[in-house]
Amino acid sequence: MVKWTDFERATIQDIFSKIDYDVVGPAALSRCLIVYPWTQRYFGGFGNLYNAAAITSNPKVAAHGKVVLAGLEKAVKNMDDIKTTYKELSVLHSEKLQVDPDNFNLLADCLTIVLAGQMGAAFTPEVHAAFQKFLAVVVASLRKQYH
Amino acid sequence: MFFTAFSRPARTTFPLTAKDKETVKTFWAKISSNGAAIGADALSRMLVVYPQTKTYFSHWKDLSPGSAPVKKHGATVMSGVADAVAKIDDLTAGLLSLSELHAFTLRVDPSNFKILSHNILVVLAIMFPTDFTPEVHVAMDKFLAAVARALSEKYR
Repeated sequence: MVKWTDFERATIQDIFSKIDYDVVGPAALSRCLIVYPWTQRYFGGFGNLYNAAAITSNPKVAAHGKVVLAGLEKAVKNMDDIKTTYKELSVLHSEKLQVDPDNFNLLADCLTIVLAGQMGAAFTPEVHAAFQKFLAVVVASLRKQYH
Repeated sequence: MFFTAFSRPARTTFPLTAKDKETVKTFWAKISSNGAAIGADALSRMLVVYPQTKTYFSHWKDLSPGSAPVKKHGATVMSGVADAVAKIDDLTAGLLSLSELHAFTLRVDPSNFKILSHNILVVLAIMFPTDFTPEVHVAMDKFLAAVARALSEKYR
């Protein structure tokens, strides 16, 4: 079981209470599709992903970005057992969506960068470390059911 | 171990296109006067967020964010990056002596280049939120990966 310090717990709750899910989710997913274009392989049905402008204005990408962030909220609400909370999501990503789990790291990096841009100086090294730890737990939990 | 980075050794690098180089040079021109500050924040952040990197700096008195040795070294690292921008058309030749330094003297595990690169990108997002667009992000990510590759040339 993951041990969270009071600071880490408070930081994660604070971050997620303040971000605009409708902005951060789409921004993180579109950045991922732009910076790591091979991740587009999972979004064949999304229409025009031809260039950065197309990706940024694509409504399916935006909608899906919100879905992803809503998924993260589950982890925020169940920080003491993210592993169990994500069991079905892990099975979904492995068996149905067949996402290479290394891609979770790419999206996590993009989410960190989007959050940093939003929070500015408030994204201190300590806040960054707490967020990094949270995402590491999320990624590990999503990887758990792969076999 | 939850503090491991989202980094893996640079197994693949992607050649810089003419557009990438143009984007990097243009962006760098805007931000280069902040080089030392960028370096200091990136290094400070790296030591806190990826504590395993502290193992390379056991000879420093103070590893806390913004400390004197961290600031000084951050500036050193970013002047290396500035040099790389100037030599962007042939990083392997241009960074030869730095590669030898990292390979034979410093012997930094190359996985750490990706960690520091990520932290530089985070700092760029914080300091230049409007300029650090996804297009600039991908060019800078590729560029820093190419720099890391050039630095790893002499390792073995």
